[in-house]
Amino acid sequence: MKRDEIPPGTLYLLILKTLARSGEMHGYEIANFIQRISDDILQVEEGSLYPALQRMLIKGWVTAKWGTTAGNRRARYYQLTAAGRKQLTVEMSQFERVIGAITRVIEAV
Amino acid sequence: MNWLRELARRLGMLMHRRQFDTDLEEEMRLHLELRQQQQIECGMAPDDARAAARRGFGNVTSLKEKSHMTWGWEWFEQLVEDIRYGLRMLGKSPGFTAVAVLTLALGIGANTALFSVVNGVLLNPLPYPHPDQIVTMAGWFPGYGESSISYPDFRDWVRLNHVFSSLAAYRQDSFNLTGQGEAEQITTMDVSASFFALLGVNPILGRDFSSAEDQLGGPPAVILSGGFWKMKFGSSQEIIGKTLNLDGTDYTVVGVVPENFYFCCSSTGFRLSDVYVPIGASKDPPVRDRRMISAWAVGRMKQGVTLAQARADMDGVARSLGVAYPDTDKDTGIVVTPLEQVMVRYIRPYLLVLLAAVGFVLLIACVNVANLLLARSAGRGREFAIRAALGASQGRVIRQLLTESVLLAMTGGAVGLLLASWGTRAALAALPSVLPRTSDVRLDPRVLLFTLVISLAAGVLFGLAPALKTAHPDLHETLKEGGRGASGARYRAQNIFVVVEMALAVVLLIGAGLTIRTLVGLWSVSPGFDPHNVLSFRVGFPPSISNADASTIRASLRQFTEKIASVPGVSAVSLTTGAKPLDHESGLIFWREGQPKPPNEVSMPYALWYRVGPDYLKVMKIPLLRGRFLTAQDDANSPGVCVIDENFAQKFFGNEDPIGKRLNFSLVYTQPLQIVGVVGHVKQYGLDETANSPMQAQFYMSPLQLPDDQLKTWAVSATGYVIRTQDSPSAFAGAVRDALLEFDSKAALYQPETMDTIIARSLAARRFAMILLAVFAALALVLASIGIYGVISYIAGQRTHEIGLRMALGAQRSHVLKIVLGQGARLALLGVVIGLAAAAGLTRLMTTILYGVSATDPLTFSAVAIVLTLVALVACYIPARRAMRVDPVVALRYG
Repeated sequence: MKRDEIPPGTLYLLILKTLARSGEMHGYEIANFIQRISDDILQVEEGSLYPALQRMLIKGWVTAKWGTTAGNRRARYYQLTAAGRKQLTVEMSQFERVIGAITRVIEAV
Repeated sequence: MNWLRELARRLGMLMHRRQFDTDLEEEMRLHLELRQQQQIECGMAPDDARAAARRGFGNVTSLKEKSHMTWGWEWFEQLVEDIRYGLRMLGKSPGFTAVAVLTLALGIGANTALFSVVNGVLLNPLPYPHPDQIVTMAGWFPGYGESSISYPDFRDWVRLNHVFSSLAAYRQDSFNLTGQGEAEQITTMDVSASFFALLGVNPILGRDFSSAEDQLGGPPAVILSGGFWKMKFGSSQEIIGKTLNLDGTDYTVVGVVPENFYFCCSSTGFRLSDVYVPIGASKDPPVRDRRMISAWAVGRMKQGVTLAQARADMDGVARSLGVAYPDTDKDTGIVVTPLEQVMVRYIRPYLLVLLAAVGFVLLIACVNVANLLLARSAGRGREFAIRAALGASQGRVIRQLLTESVLLAMTGGAVGLLLASWGTRAALAALPSVLPRTSDVRLDPRVLLFTLVISLAAGVLFGLAPALKTAHPDLHETLKEGGRGASGARYRAQNIFVVVEMALAVVLLIGAGLTIRTLVGLWSVSPGFDPHNVLSFRVGFPPSISNADASTIRASLRQFTEKIASVPGVSAVSLTTGAKPLDHESGLIFWREGQPKPPNEVSMPYALWYRVGPDYLKVMKIPLLRGRFLTAQDDANSPGVCVIDENFAQKFFGNEDPIGKRLNFSLVYTQPLQIVGVVGHVKQYGLDETANSPMQAQFYMSPLQLPDDQLKTWAVSATGYVIRTQDSPSAFAGAVRDALLEFDSKAALYQPETMDTIIARSLAARRFAMILLAVFAALALVLASIGIYGVISYIAGQRTHEIGLRMALGAQRSHVLKIVLGQGARLALLGVVIGLAAAAGLTRLMTTILYGVSATDPLTFSAVAIVLTLVALVACYIPARRAMRVDPVVALRYG
């Protein structure tokens, strides 16, 4: 199966959107969710989620707290903050602007 | 606010780094295990599943590091790591560390000590509010220069100026204090009522002077200095309203000013006043007469007025006074100077020269430590080559080495701070009278900041060259050769260091040499009199004498002179009021009889006015050149006579014989005085007096011949005496005091000092500068010779192999000696030549503190060059001898 690298810079958007839709999630769930919803086409290098999550923690877009999984294991759950929601709309509009521009270029050719 | 919260989050992470790392690890492990489990559920073998999970996840270690670094603390962690590593490295070579720290401590300590002095004396603002608004004012007379002013003129300044919010006059004075134990002389300042308010000083007890007290006939009032109040009255709160008997008058104590209040400049000396009285109430004729100049003025400029505006306005005031009082004020000026400048004017050039010198010492210390580091880093070449081979970037290695050198510098700085706090206190205690504002010298935050900055700068300065050199090693060569090398280019840095060090030492030694030559020269200058075995003191006569009629005063002065002359061991005694060498100035205007009287007093010439007894020449051993000196017969009943000095004769009589000529001193004498003798010139202004000093002409007359009405003014206030003793004059103070009290139990003797002490004090600032410069230069010499010794031994040590080879091939020992010695000598000579050139440029900046010696004095220059070259040769000779004794067999096998 062919898997595509996600476009650079969109990782934050994907994580933010995922958390916005599903509330609390731990890292593995976030990775799984992105792959599943994108029909396994978007392939995140799973580990790179973690530096990205650190960055989001610093910026205050997400908070993290330890909880227990269904399988009764300790896991760190991430949750969107108000600042994170605001950031999501910023990233969304930015993404749409870029995609729109790219689409126009492609269609013009 | 967002960045603040973000900073808080980042700091939180820094605090809990370890927790952070374990959390991250657990999180990633869970991720990998869950993925592996999922793959197994999909039917993979467990081992394959694990591999697949890892593949999909990426490099765990690098991701952990990346997550960690996201928080932006890696620089800090590296710094902590570098410091820890640095401390370990320094601890591993305690000898090196101790030498480096001590060298730096000396350099930084000396700088800190001197800077704390400069900071306190030159940089700290004066302890008055808005000190930049305060200026001092002096008069200016054609043919004389800057001088004190007359009080009536001052009153006109207050009336006529437009630029000052307040003006105050002040004048040094003294009083006899009676009724408080033994009679004593106290130091007084006569001040305007506005004086304290102008300076922003509030009495800590009681009140300030009122304007009613600052007028003739006003109620006598006195304000005590805090120190006098504490010493005399035990800080009693009850003192306000009590009276003090000063010169026979009861003064009511109205206030006390803080103990730390001081107001001193060259016009008042550094002696603090005991008490303050209003100048306007003074009945002293010099205060009331426009022709008498004895006061100084201080002013506070109105808000927004610039110094230039103040000067322009006062120029206008001087001009209108010249029109109103042409006789006394025509063509005179007013000199306006910021107070701060006046207070430090004298000491400033010395401090700046010393600061430059001490900076040189630190540079030499830095060069020495850089040398040590370089030698050491050569030994550590392998360590860094290995690190570089393992992927350490050059920047990273440089950073680590700089951390080490800054650590060294900071440790040196800390030790230096201790040395400085102790050294400054010791130096100030040893040299109390040299500096104004010593109470402001302390280790304040600015000094600490200075120490921190120079320590950091020193650390980077001496660390950079070795770090750069170490960080750019030829990896291949170093690893292969194991640190052995023989090429000359390797030592270029060391060679440059030696040259620089030598050059710096030359400049310092020449600076010190010039000040030493100045002082030695001054000590051998004759002051025009013989100061050995002369005791000087002042006598305060009680009101029963000073308020008596003229004939009683004359009789008392004569009797007292006889009384002292009878003290065993005293060979001659003379009264001296008026001008006194190195102590007091008093001038009088005159014109020659038979020549037209000048149109006004301002255009008359001045001469220094010595009022002395007949034995003055015997006491001071001033040579009599022609005619005779004053005698006991020159008294109130005989015709007025005077004696002039050789400069007076030269200037006003040229080739004429002055004996028998007559001079008019119309301010004091109604009849002209006849010149009866010519004596040698005395250096009134100190040993460093030059021909440009004001008032070079001098004349002597007897106080007993003063007109009755002038006698009280000129003869009894603060009467001075000089006596010649057979030996150790200071031992006579007690006997003289006993004689005085026997003469009158209410009289007071004060300020007994030997003439030698007075002369030494006049050279104190020069001596202070000379001692410090000599210490710095000695330090520089020692450091520089250690430096050249270290480098030459190091290079010779590194060349052992080569030397062994040469000797195996038949080189003579003397040849080896010549090679090593020659190498050192070349560097030393190059350094000396560069140093001489630099010194020729730099010593010109210190001409203000030199006297009688040129800034490019060839003797000093050549002596320093020779001494330094010799010292360098000795320093090189030791390693050269060691190299000469190399056993070729041992050298070739192990070298």
